[in-house]
Amino acid sequence: MNITQLPYIKDIFAFMGSDLMAAVIGLLIIAVFVPLNVAFLVLVERKVAGHIQLRPGPMEVGPHGILQTLIDAVKLLGKEMVTPGMTDKVLFFLAPILVVVPAFVGWVPISFSPIMQIREMNVGVLLIFSFSSISILSILMAGWSSNNKYSLIGAVRAVAQNVAYEIPLLLSTMSVIIMTNTFRMSEIVNAQSSVWHILYQPVAAIIFIIATTAECNRAPFDLVEAESELVSGFHTEYTGMRFSLFFLAEYTNMVIAASMATVLFLGGWFGPFFPGLIWFVIKVYFLIFVVMWVRWTYPRLRFDQLMNFAWKVLIPIALVNLLITAIVLKVI
Amino acid sequence: MTTISDFIPPIIVAQGAFWLMVALTLAGAFIAVTLPKILHNILGLALSMFGVTGIYLFLGSQFVAMMQLLIYVGAICITYIFAIMLSPPQELDQPKKRKTKVIAALIVSVVAFIGMIQMIISVNWGPGTTLTRDWSIKTLGQQLLTRYFLVFELISLLLAIAIIGAIMIAGIGQKRD
Repeated sequence: MNITQLPYIKDIFAFMGSDLMAAVIGLLIIAVFVPLNVAFLVLVERKVAGHIQLRPGPMEVGPHGILQTLIDAVKLLGKEMVTPGMTDKVLFFLAPILVVVPAFVGWVPISFSPIMQIREMNVGVLLIFSFSSISILSILMAGWSSNNKYSLIGAVRAVAQNVAYEIPLLLSTMSVIIMTNTFRMSEIVNAQSSVWHILYQPVAAIIFIIATTAECNRAPFDLVEAESELVSGFHTEYTGMRFSLFFLAEYTNMVIAASMATVLFLGGWFGPFFPGLIWFVIKVYFLIFVVMWVRWTYPRLRFDQLMNFAWKVLIPIALVNLLITAIVLKVI
Repeated sequence: MTTISDFIPPIIVAQGAFWLMVALTLAGAFIAVTLPKILHNILGLALSMFGVTGIYLFLGSQFVAMMQLLIYVGAICITYIFAIMLSPPQELDQPKKRKTKVIAALIVSVVAFIGMIQMIISVNWGPGTTLTRDWSIKTLGQQLLTRYFLVFELISLLLAIAIIGAIMIAGIGQKRD
């Protein structure tokens, strides 16, 4: 086969040519922004937790403890990376590397403002969903290769939970997609210039938030790493920087989920007075604050409650919502 | 403006990407059938599917590529793992290798291999249709509901039969307990 004669080959090189600089700059911004953002979010999480529990949270390092997570990161960098005996060495090594891949890829199609987007893609929304399936595989690899019963139970729970909550997540996204007829992030946002989708699709928005909370393994759906029963779930055996890679992926996935919710339901960059990027950031961090608020307010679900909630409540409601959306769109 | 093609000829990059994906697919398939532990096999299958995703992307169909990743890596492999975790744990003994079995398997695989190669060679491969941009979502949707409608419906029927069969097997298995 002579692949040079294929006509679309110039598309591939269009990306490598003129867009190269934009892509490189965008990827560099991601590589700097992701770890800093995670450090910030960990601090926010501890502060939010502290104030909800009527205590100040970390106060020692820096004014009001704002340098605490940077110091923690330095500490984690300095720690020895222990590989326990009887583990599956290859998978144990690969799992923390693979888990950050979707956390970085997910940023590529998100449009933060009309001009701030690394790459517009026809399949933008799908790209994030499909790469997020890699993170569950790496959680499973971590749990299974650790040769530890708590890790394995955590991984098994992660798989079951992921299978259950991915369906309502996709169904609720579909009801927005059939309204806008596109997978492009910027077109979905532009469709909301007058009315945000959360007003048309309140049910889908709530299902989306619940399902992404579960997909990110956040409380009250954090059975994957339930501290009080499983030590720390699938990453029990990981130390040092490997452990912090799992942490990095978890918090970054949270930001990506919040960004997707902003794009799909909260009107993206639209809002009065401020430029688009500021509105986008405000909406994303508000959603993250809501997720943290829920975590420190509600207790963890039991596993059968978790499964029943997905299969018997969320999926039927999401299906009915999709059906009604389709009928209404057909009638109008 | 600096481009990558100033340093490396584009054709080499394209061929490199293509062969990398082919290598990933074949390596994954090899892992899936040879290693003794079943979890390694499934991860090999996932790697193979990932390689196929890259090939779809290379062939200019982003939508099919993303679907491949979402369905085969995200759903099918995870469901396999799910099924294995639900089944009772049993240390599988390596079944004894009998000469007759090995010879029979060899004959079947060689015949199937030759047949497939024959088919691939005998087809007159035309040039690819011209793609100016990513048409795949719209075209696929229209083709599925017009030209390939019967196939589409038959596949859904097949899936329905598979689900009913799985429920039947599970139900009968429970009664025996």
